[in-house]
Amino acid sequence: MHHMLHIKNGIVIDPKNGIKAEKMDIFVKDGKIVDESEVNKSDCKVIDASNKLVVAGGVDLHAHIAGGKITMGRIMRPEEFRIVRSTANKLRATVGRTLLTSPAIGYEYAKMGYTTAIEPATPSLFALHTHEELDSIPVVDKAALPLFGNWHLVFKYAAENDIEKLKSFIAWVLERTKGYGIKIVNPGGVEAWMYADNVHSLDDTVPGFDVTPRDVILSLVKANEELNLPHSVHLHCNNLGVPGNYETTLETMKLVSSFSNDKRQILHITHVQFNAYTGSSWKDIGSGADEIAKYVNSAGNITIDMGQIVFGHATTMTADSPFQFALHRLVHMKWINKDVELETGSGIVPIVYRPKNPVNSVQWAIGLELGLLIDPDKVTVSTDYPNAGPFTSYPYIMALLMSKKMREKEMENAHSYLQKATNLPSIDTERTLEEIIQMTRVTPARILGMENKGHLGIGADADIAIFDLNPETLDPSNDYELIQKAFGSPAYTIKSGVVIVKDGVLQCEYWGRTFWVDLKDKVTESIESDLDEYFNYYTIERSNYGVEERWIRNPARVGGARWYNAED
Amino acid sequence: MENVICTFCGSVCDDVMFDPASFKGDRFCPLGEAKFSKKKRIEHPTINGEKVSYEEAIEKAAKILVNAKKPLLYGWASTVNEAIRLGVILAEKVGGVYDHCASVCHAPSILAIIEDGLPTGTLGQIKNRADLVILWGCNPVEAHPRHPYRYSVMAKGLFTKGRKSRKIIVVDVRKTVSALMASEFIQIKPGYDYAIFSALRSILKGEEEVVPDEVGGVSKEKLIELVEEMKNAKYGVILFGLGLTHSRGRDRNIKNVVRLVQELNRHTRWILQPMRGHYNVVGAGEVAAWECGFNYAVDFSRGYPRFSPSEFTAVEALLRKDCDAALIVASDPAAHFPKAAVEHLKKIPVIQIDPFPNVTTLVADVVISSAICGIEAEGTVYRMDGVPLRVKKVVDTEYWSDEKILKTMLEKVKSLKGE
Repeated sequence: MHHMLHIKNGIVIDPKNGIKAEKMDIFVKDGKIVDESEVNKSDCKVIDASNKLVVAGGVDLHAHIAGGKITMGRIMRPEEFRIVRSTANKLRATVGRTLLTSPAIGYEYAKMGYTTAIEPATPSLFALHTHEELDSIPVVDKAALPLFGNWHLVFKYAAENDIEKLKSFIAWVLERTKGYGIKIVNPGGVEAWMYADNVHSLDDTVPGFDVTPRDVILSLVKANEELNLPHSVHLHCNNLGVPGNYETTLETMKLVSSFSNDKRQILHITHVQFNAYTGSSWKDIGSGADEIAKYVNSAGNITIDMGQIVFGHATTMTADSPFQFALHRLVHMKWINKDVELETGSGIVPIVYRPKNPVNSVQWAIGLELGLLIDPDKVTVSTDYPNAGPFTSYPYIMALLMSKKMREKEMENAHSYLQKATNLPSIDTERTLEEIIQMTRVTPARILGMENKGHLGIGADADIAIFDLNPETLDPSNDYELIQKAFGSPAYTIKSGVVIVKDGVLQCEYWGRTFWVDLKDKVTESIESDLDEYFNYYTIERSNYGVEERWIRNPARVGGARWYNAED
Repeated sequence: MENVICTFCGSVCDDVMFDPASFKGDRFCPLGEAKFSKKKRIEHPTINGEKVSYEEAIEKAAKILVNAKKPLLYGWASTVNEAIRLGVILAEKVGGVYDHCASVCHAPSILAIIEDGLPTGTLGQIKNRADLVILWGCNPVEAHPRHPYRYSVMAKGLFTKGRKSRKIIVVDVRKTVSALMASEFIQIKPGYDYAIFSALRSILKGEEEVVPDEVGGVSKEKLIELVEEMKNAKYGVILFGLGLTHSRGRDRNIKNVVRLVQELNRHTRWILQPMRGHYNVVGAGEVAAWECGFNYAVDFSRGYPRFSPSEFTAVEALLRKDCDAALIVASDPAAHFPKAAVEHLKKIPVIQIDPFPNVTTLVADVVISSAICGIEAEGTVYRMDGVPLRVKKVVDTEYWSDEKILKTMLEKVKSLKGE
């Protein structure tokens, strides 16, 4: 299935390797990018990329694409699946408006030149389900981040400030869940919700535990750094969706100011749009993006993703169950809540973002402000799928970031309140193609610690997107429609050296890998008695908890700095 | 062998012991023990009663499915997710109807979820936190025998000390054996669940003046007392069964109790949990949801999935003679469906995949014997609260697993269609 490829005469943008719109050829062998000397050109399948843009496949580091949450969302919202995207032929039928079926998720990513996607919130108890769904998503490489921020054992170790045991516990969890890194959602708040409460600051005590959100975040960051995981702690802050919350977000970022890591950030703060509000209520909500951007740009150890609102239908689904309940009461929509024993919770509420709604228009503007004000190596494009909108809108967001004219046109349709509540109207920045490629490829790959993703250097995975855009003649300010169209319909999407999409049409099914971080050797005896004790409070046996590698379709371990396939 | 996983009911107990040599178990409830005992099997695949090989039976089945205009693919609640996924893909491939046992069971709960959602939690939340447990129209002592012990009534948890730290209220139209373990039994008139939920909601909202002196056989005084108890609970749960989904009101009953629990959450924490029947009926819906967007009653005849419970549930499709072949996996519709539906089933070609003979075997043209999931075949199942468990293969067998049979069948269908 893996061909040798010769991608000829394309105009390559590869920011990680310092290549700025240069005409050059790319060679692919065994799913990797190789030097010209490694292939026999006469055996290569030639792809003519003349006058086309050649870039690495896109990397989405935060999209809720698999697991109990999205599937409960699907079950609650059959109305989402009346949109038919493709009928069954040799490939699968795909349906979905903003919520998509698993086959649709894989196909739609490929149809925008994206080749990697991360499920960012898995209750460990449900990890097996998450992996089943990841295994049902074609094309893309993927990974899952288990949730740690409300786990009773994490509270215990944070309260005791026992980082050694916490490290051992994290290693145990990543092995059991076949997980990739540490996700925290509203630390302490979800536990408080178990008795109808929430936490409101970094220093509130978690009810029933002698610990604060600050302790939880700091302990997990310390442990993450000492374990030197490829990804940093991935944090959904406290007070999400609350006017005035930008202060909590800043305070959270400052928590880790004394940490640094040469390779990557110390803390990735996700869907920051939802955590960048000024004001004291929905009536005087405004943008805190400016303050946040200033801090992120100067700190150097924080990265974020946008969490960009897309006007229209969406389905909010997070592990932040107290927030989801508040949203259910606010928007009067149906509501799923799922408390998960000892570990976490979750909630799901449908939503419609309306351009004429003043709050929604401000939210829309804040996402863009973040994308425009923060350095491209510290911010990546996301819609927190399906919370703020569908990932299928990335081409729209990329075009917005590149064209002030397009933003002005969109702002005409939006509520005028955004004019005074945000700085978006006065921002002249227009992202260049190179910056957009940085923000959708290089930056997310670096944030995740995936060295073979996001670039086209020798040894990189042959995940390549070719777009019908000529950087030499393109005028992004005015050609925004062309940009949006081109990014939504690649001339080619190549996954691990296999042509998946040609001229915007899916050619074949392909099954990507599932990455997990193997730290088995970091699991110590010291946590055995704690685990045994806590399994008295689970409803399943310890021996039945977790996911074996052989149950996963195509697992790939990440151990230390080395990457290898499970079968190697 | 320790920590075998029982594949009978939705409790999916994962702490049972089983000795494959003697076929003897421990910790099983009577239902699980019956499942994990030697029983009469379908010995080998047959076509019209004649013994054939697996390959021959599967080829015949594939031909039936490919030649049908709209085959019905039904059952699925008693097999593993891996087989269910192949079943959904097979239904799409042959332009058939995918439906599972929930359509004659908890489908009203699904309809209510579509209208209002579901405030719920895992069973461990009940074990660890619940101080007030209401069993409404369900009888776990007989239907999910170890549920009270493992999860809901006697279970000792992190913040609870078992039976003595929680109040148990049973609400039912008759005094079931489950009522014997209750702190309080409230007997209601059949068909009045909806009205009682409405009364409770009114009282909760402070509008008790609209509630008459008696609702569904329960005094207003009692209802007010019940609401007070609900508000004063720290963490409450309502467990409900077919007494609610299959009495007058059906999905409306569930919708109303969902609303009640939503409103209770403004005061304190409450969750609601359907007592799902078969061990993987949750998987039969969830796998379908991620593969095609819908839980049950899915028609693929137009080349894409459509959901319509009044048309594409198995009983409706059979009653309207809107299917011309059937694949029945791990289920017995001939024993449980209305007579008129079974009449149509008798007239069309039927393929059955099952470890055990049942009434449907009598109407099946192609019978494919399979391995028993959880004993002879492994795979993933979802407990009633969605918690995934990988059931185990503990006995070697010559029987093919459902997964292997369906995988082979799907390949055969593809080749017959020239793909």
